[in-house]
Amino acid sequence: MPRSYVIDDPEKGVFLLDREVHVSEEVLREEMRKIFAKCWIYVGHGSELKKPGDFLTRRVAGRPVIFVRDQKGEVQCHFNTCRHRGALVCADRAGNARRFFCVYHGWIYGNDGKLNRVPGDEAYTAAFDKEELALKKPAKFENYRDFWFMSLDPEIVPLEEYLGRTTEYLDLVIDQSPSNQMEILPGTQEYDVGANWKLMVENSVDDYHLPSTHATWLNFMANSGVKVEPPKEKGLVLPTKGYAVDLENGHFTTDNVNFRGRPVAKWISLYGDAAKGEIEEIRKELVERLGEERATRVADTNRNLVIFPNLVINDGSSVTVRTFYPEGVGRMHVTAWALGPVEETENARARRLDAFLTFYGPGGFATPDDVEALELVQQGLANWSDDRWSEMSRGMGREGEQLNSDEHHLRIFWRHWNAMMGAEA
Amino acid sequence: MTLQMAQAVTRAEVEDFLFHEAALLDEWKLDEWQTLLADDATYLIPPNDDLDGDYRKSLFIIADDRERIRQRIIRVLDPNCHAEHPKSRTQRIVGNLRLLGQEDDITIVAANFICYRYRRYERVGQYVGNYRYRLQRHEGSFLIKEKRVFIQANELGQLGSVSIIL
Repeated sequence: MPRSYVIDDPEKGVFLLDREVHVSEEVLREEMRKIFAKCWIYVGHGSELKKPGDFLTRRVAGRPVIFVRDQKGEVQCHFNTCRHRGALVCADRAGNARRFFCVYHGWIYGNDGKLNRVPGDEAYTAAFDKEELALKKPAKFENYRDFWFMSLDPEIVPLEEYLGRTTEYLDLVIDQSPSNQMEILPGTQEYDVGANWKLMVENSVDDYHLPSTHATWLNFMANSGVKVEPPKEKGLVLPTKGYAVDLENGHFTTDNVNFRGRPVAKWISLYGDAAKGEIEEIRKELVERLGEERATRVADTNRNLVIFPNLVINDGSSVTVRTFYPEGVGRMHVTAWALGPVEETENARARRLDAFLTFYGPGGFATPDDVEALELVQQGLANWSDDRWSEMSRGMGREGEQLNSDEHHLRIFWRHWNAMMGAEA
Repeated sequence: MTLQMAQAVTRAEVEDFLFHEAALLDEWKLDEWQTLLADDATYLIPPNDDLDGDYRKSLFIIADDRERIRQRIIRVLDPNCHAEHPKSRTQRIVGNLRLLGQEDDITIVAANFICYRYRRYERVGQYVGNYRYRLQRHEGSFLIKEKRVFIQANELGQLGSVSIIL
């Protein structure tokens, strides 16, 4: 019997999580093998590589990679590691290059990864095969509508099968664009959090915390003329109803009726009167293209989507693409980008970015308090061995549709994580 | 000529102003700090990978207009601003001050800064970077028209949140 990190008792309606999962070095080492090496992990968006030769260097699942559009226009992902002695072959964060040059001994690779030149290659025997010495790549590299993922597992199911029902929600995000093309906007936000990476998964979809953690954001909204009414229906935490939806394979999302405005396309006073007409235009285009029902779905609902294990798309006050990776057991590195329709007008783009900053990011009016909450958890967990279990049973007895402010979706994550950690790898 | 000389901005004057500003920020006297701002002041922190970017096109860390600054201060002074409760202790050093130019009554100023931020369990954050100010002459002193903060870190990551006013 593999070890279980949860106590999951649907009959009693009890779900408890062993706090060791957030503090143990051993658990982190196992996660590297059983989670990060066995899943599809987000690398980047095709829009970040506009022209042939455009590249970005990133760490994905802890691995330094080069995310690049080659001379033929194909998006590629190479390990950023020289085949000779292992040095990084590209030290720049971003740029445009036909070739990557290893500064150590001068080996040169094309942006397609092929080894083009080895200084003094006459010193090698016939066994030295340059064809075999292209930059290595992750076992798999595929995209869904320009969202690119890699996997270190050659046996993994195709990306689209892995994503399963999450594609319905990705489609909903992409539907904001008249041409079905979304792009990552310039400017990257990065912030470390002194907490275990899995706490960010929970936090990204946990709508139970909003009134307490984000009291000052609610106050800011009220000061800006956006009255967030207390819930009218019994049992609700938020002003409007929202659901937690199981998307299988460990993925899940919240699916909420919007109350906080959306650049596409729900006006709030925060945007200013001048924006009213333009948002009506955006809405009109949605209705013409998608029909009333789908347009309402795009404009009047918001969602925080988790693609297991570490990609979050928050389609709320703006659209953020957020990924995070452990830097040790009690620390994670978070990277976040803004996503928008390519054809957006200058004013709409500015409004999207401004709406983003009202909530998200290291200088936003909400994210710093999330960071603080997660750090408070990690610091409190120093008592884990004597206070072992986190209580995550909220809403467990609820039949049928599950609420965003319960912990149903958090349990989905933990059950999937627990099963993967229990498997041999 | 004499009049122009009398009105010319000196580095010492600007230093006095910026040192005073730094003290107000270190002491969390943010309402008083706001009196140093022009009615149309902006407070901007561009992202590290697009320091020359335009906040209408690029995702900044902070891009506040005057009203947003007012709201930011209401927020950070609220005990429910968990990121700053209890308040971080900060200590800043401002130096290497240069007067870059003059546009009518606006003086463009560059300065370097280090800001140490202390939180519980002695976690120390170091924000290192430079400022670019647009200062407007006002009643023998200045008003801040624009404060732009360039954080000189390859990755902003290790700094965590920017919940203090830099």
